[in-house]
Amino acid sequence: MLSITHLQKRFGDRVAVDDVSFEVRAGETLGLLGPNGAGKTTTLSIMSGLVRPDKGSVSFQGQGVHQDANDLKRCVGLVPQELALYDELSAWANLELFGGLYGLAGEQLAHRAEDALTLVGLENRRHDRVKGFSGGMKRRLNIAGALLHDPELILLDEPTVGVDPQSRNAIFENLEELKRRGKTLLYTTHYMEEAERLCDRIVIIDHGRVIANDTVRGLYRRLPVSRAVSLEIGGASADEGLLSSLAALPGISGVQRTAGAVRMEMDDFGVPLAGALEHIAARGLRVTSVQTGQMNLEDVFIALTGHALRDGPPAGRS
Amino acid sequence: MNNLAIRALVRNDLRIYMTDRRAMIIGVLVPILIAAFFGYVFGGNDSAEAGKIPVAIVDEDQSAVSRAIAADFAKEPLVLMQTLNRAQAEQAVRAGKIQVAALIPRDFGTGAVRALFSEGVRPQVELLIDPSQSMSSRVVEGLFAQHGMQEITKEAFSGASGRAALSYSIARLDSASPADVPERAELKNLLEALRTLNTRAGSEGGGSVGLQRGLSIPYIVATTTVTSARSVPYNGYAHSFAGMTTQFILLAGIDAGIVLLLVRERGIWQRLRSAPLGKAQYLLARLISTALIGLFQFTLIYTAAVAIFKVRIGGSFIGFAALAVALCVLNAAFGLMLAAIGRSAAATRGIAIMATLLLVMMGGAWVPSFVFPKWLQQVSLALPTRWAVDGLDAMTWRGLGLDAAVAPILILGATATVCIAIAIWRFRWEE
Repeated sequence: MLSITHLQKRFGDRVAVDDVSFEVRAGETLGLLGPNGAGKTTTLSIMSGLVRPDKGSVSFQGQGVHQDANDLKRCVGLVPQELALYDELSAWANLELFGGLYGLAGEQLAHRAEDALTLVGLENRRHDRVKGFSGGMKRRLNIAGALLHDPELILLDEPTVGVDPQSRNAIFENLEELKRRGKTLLYTTHYMEEAERLCDRIVIIDHGRVIANDTVRGLYRRLPVSRAVSLEIGGASADEGLLSSLAALPGISGVQRTAGAVRMEMDDFGVPLAGALEHIAARGLRVTSVQTGQMNLEDVFIALTGHALRDGPPAGRS
Repeated sequence: MNNLAIRALVRNDLRIYMTDRRAMIIGVLVPILIAAFFGYVFGGNDSAEAGKIPVAIVDEDQSAVSRAIAADFAKEPLVLMQTLNRAQAEQAVRAGKIQVAALIPRDFGTGAVRALFSEGVRPQVELLIDPSQSMSSRVVEGLFAQHGMQEITKEAFSGASGRAALSYSIARLDSASPADVPERAELKNLLEALRTLNTRAGSEGGGSVGLQRGLSIPYIVATTTVTSARSVPYNGYAHSFAGMTTQFILLAGIDAGIVLLLVRERGIWQRLRSAPLGKAQYLLARLISTALIGLFQFTLIYTAAVAIFKVRIGGSFIGFAALAVALCVLNAAFGLMLAAIGRSAAATRGIAIMATLLLVMMGGAWVPSFVFPKWLQQVSLALPTRWAVDGLDAMTWRGLGLDAAVAPILILGATATVCIAIAIWRFRWEE
């Protein structure tokens, strides 16, 4: 449906997007993941026609999008990361504006606005001013604002930022309903469980480049191990000597210190875990808690992008 | 062109404007209040109250002449007179409560009457003036000459000190040698005739005819205010409403520009730009909505001016309406230009307000431009605000026809065009 090829975009000396290429297929939900400042929002902005790339091309349904991006804009709905609403106006007045921008008027506009409000569960609050809405309601209305022109492709830039679990769940249900209606979604988020739940395919960007483009299962296969164990050790903190000696044990492929615990990655819980517990006991330390689990998308993400903190760009682009 | 999008944007801007009732009321009420204040200060619509000069008379003479002069000042419509002593008068002038104090010295009446008929020392009237009100001293000087001459000659021709002065002058003539005063006989006859008249007037208890009234200016100056119609007096509020409306419409334009800069900093900007909408369409929508809001303000302000302050649109109504539209389009274009060249809302606001206040001040919005120095009057012709204020003056109290509105409309339109061109050129739509 929409493909981008060898995109490059600079802001001054900083390269925000560097040779990015991928495709969004009709009907799929594509997750676009990456640390802060990785180039997600810039890529999304180029895909929605907001930003012109320095190099590369965008094509929509086989047609190149050149100088005039209006044809693309008519088929794409953008849900910006920042709330794009007029607080002082009612939900209905906001939707009337957004529909009007796409040339909708009269009954058609009213019907679409009604439908969008119903989808996000705000049909009974249509005449209330947005300033009285909760954060979650505003986020849902923010999504409704992108649906009025019935776009084929919906670009969602971190649509669940700052909302409570109930509102997040409601937004998931809205997005799942859009999937059922056959809409193509491109979704950026920092919440890996959201991407795991919603996305058919994941593109991970780091330092402006695509470093992975696969299904969630395909990404899991990139991990050397499939399981993880977290141990809490009482009486003393885990020092570097303990971490390196644990890492040297057979069957353990990675050891990290996490908040108050030691996390070990392994394929099998049997022998490696018993060996680790013995090793800790031999050093006179006591294990107070053992937690086992499967590796998840966050592990894949960390494995691909590393543990180092990322500072976001100054201009709000990532 | 996506007309529905333009319509949606305009409707949205009007909705937002109407939502903030408090700002809307302030935007209309404040210019009305300030215009009312300036209008009142500059004369209002009651000419009797217009610009009375606070004056003090210090009468150290207490003669019939000095008391009569003080009484004349008390009846004078141009001044607001009070009687003080010298110390009080000096203090009042220094404090700015009195603009001019006239000090009438001891023996002023006798000395002035005597000086009328013969050579001698003329008594001196001292004027204490507030240096910031030098025009007032000229007015008081003129009034003193008028009333002083009348009361001195009245005393000379009918009062006791006049009789004494005439006798003194006749005695001096008698003692003078014919060589020194060749016309001595004729002068003596004249003075004796005047003494006879004085004596008769004194015995008849004074009168109100002939020389007994004293000498007054032998003509009357009639003042006719040339306004929109012969029967319509000048209304000081008309000019102040023209000035304040121009100022606040331009300030509303700044607000619109600042709002546009603020929108750029919000998520809504991405939403707007993700729609199939061009820069020109967006700017056109903002121009229309800002101009409509300006027209709404203009209409409310002038409705109050007409209904409460009796301002008349004495000239061409079509010219007045066209000027209103031109001014409001200029204000919208000015706001767009600010949004196009401004980096941020905070940085732009202060500079824009300062520039606007300078524009309206030099354009004659606060005080009429004719009180400016000549060079400033010439400079102000380059400012659209001067043309706006002059145009509104022409269509209201001056009562001029449509032709007098053409030049201001063209100037405002041309300035708006330049602002729009700069806005289109500099406005950052794409990134």
